[in-house]
Amino acid sequence: MKYMLLIYNNPATYQAWTQEQRSALFGEVDALMKELTESGELVGGEALADASNAVIVRVRDGVRAATDGPYAEAKEQLAGYLTVECETKERAVEIAARWPDAKYFTMEVRAVMNTSGDEM
Amino acid sequence: MTAPVAPWDLLRELAPQVLGAVVRRYGHFDLCEDAVQEALLAASVQWPRDGQPASPRAWLITVASRRLADQLRAESARRDREATAALDPAATAPAPDPGGELGQDQDDTLTVLFLCCHPALSGPSQIALTLRAVGGLTTAEIARAFLVPEATMAQRISRAKQSIKAAGARFSLPGPGEWDGRLDAVLHVLYLIFNEGYTATSGPDLNRPELTAEAIRLARAVRRLLPGDGEVTGLLALMLLTEARRPARTGPGGALIPLAEQDRSRWDRAAIAEGTALIAGALAAAPLGPYQVQAAIAAVHAEAGTADGTDWPQVAALYGVLDQIAPSPMVTLNRAVAVAMAQGPHAGLDLLAALDADGRLAGHHRLAAVRAHLLEQAGQPAAARDAYTEAARLTTSLPEQRYLTARAARLPDGKD
Repeated sequence: MKYMLLIYNNPATYQAWTQEQRSALFGEVDALMKELTESGELVGGEALADASNAVIVRVRDGVRAATDGPYAEAKEQLAGYLTVECETKERAVEIAARWPDAKYFTMEVRAVMNTSGDEM
Repeated sequence: MTAPVAPWDLLRELAPQVLGAVVRRYGHFDLCEDAVQEALLAASVQWPRDGQPASPRAWLITVASRRLADQLRAESARRDREATAALDPAATAPAPDPGGELGQDQDDTLTVLFLCCHPALSGPSQIALTLRAVGGLTTAEIARAFLVPEATMAQRISRAKQSIKAAGARFSLPGPGEWDGRLDAVLHVLYLIFNEGYTATSGPDLNRPELTAEAIRLARAVRRLLPGDGEVTGLLALMLLTEARRPARTGPGGALIPLAEQDRSRWDRAAIAEGTALIAGALAAAPLGPYQVQAAIAAVHAEAGTADGTDWPQVAALYGVLDQIAPSPMVTLNRAVAVAMAQGPHAGLDLLAALDADGRLAGHHRLAAVRAHLLEQAGQPAAARDAYTEAARLTTSLPEQRYLTARAARLPDGKD
């Protein structure tokens, strides 16, 4: 089963950290990514640029409205995701718990929909 | 797994035999496996161009041995460069084959299968390695079939080979004490490969259904080597009888069509005839096992002209047997469907109440989906609608979700 682990964090908090703190965090990320690559569980993942560069798009009555956003810098933002394929949901939760952002912010584990189907 | 050209079927059949011969002679299962893949690739390019060699098997063994020698030489050269310890005698290049044992006509397919399904490997690793080493598929093909990047699949295969090495697994058939358990693991891997292909709906991933053909091919190979084993025959029969329904189980856009509504004229009669004959023979001769019972159930469905014409008491009885010899909540759930068809929806719903109390299927979409069907049959459309909606929310399958949402939408809102 594939799970997407959504990483939420607050960039302002990171900016307030020391270089050592940030390096330690990246070290943890590298170690975990290496482990997931070697185990064949890592399917993909991306880090997202800061949300201040985001564009919110809505089409209402055929009219497109594109606005910059979100601007609330004090809030947690979607910072990236990784997709893993695990034998159990518990394993996906364990990986999320070991992702360093889980200690300071929030990780969300979501099952990915597939196109297989059982005979009903 | 794109259109196999002339030599491809032969190459895939020879793959485990060639691997077995080379491992038997030189050891190094991990390196041999790479070397055999390269030999298969070379053959697929050269044979159509230059003609098929007189002895395809010997040709492949020779080429694989040469590749292995190159690999071992490269490795020992690297070690020399690094000026580490003395040369590992096991890592020297393969010697010529004086006894001619490589040429002997031994089919190691089963031994390779047992090694690929070694208990030290994780489930996904067993599947990946089996498809590569026994099935002769490339890593890219396996990755496409399982919808993961090639790098991910390559990693699973390489980790599987490392695990085999680390476990010190020997290249030999398991002894009598562990035979049954190891054969169970092999059959389970083939079953999972089949199921991965069978549950695929038509759509963006058209190559996945070919996994069913591959699983059937491998099950046939195991049965050739173990013709007297009832469970091997049972699994092959189950695959054939299930696969027979595939043309009828999805509609346009991959929409699921339930068994009761399938156009049975589209079922594959030849596969049904073969599967039915196989299971009849196994039931008469061998001790009963779960695959045989499941095949027997599939055979009862296959012989019915309509869903209503199905011998439901027989299906319910067989699920009762299965629940005895291989109990699981999923079996009980299927039994509830059959009991409902045989004795009425309330008898089925009573069995679901036991599953609710059991708790292992709590939050599982199949439990909610079956409840929805039975409530609909029992004339409680509003409760059925709620259960369909809950099942749609719980499933992680898009076609199942579409089906369940559509069923819910057919029913009136409100209270029963």
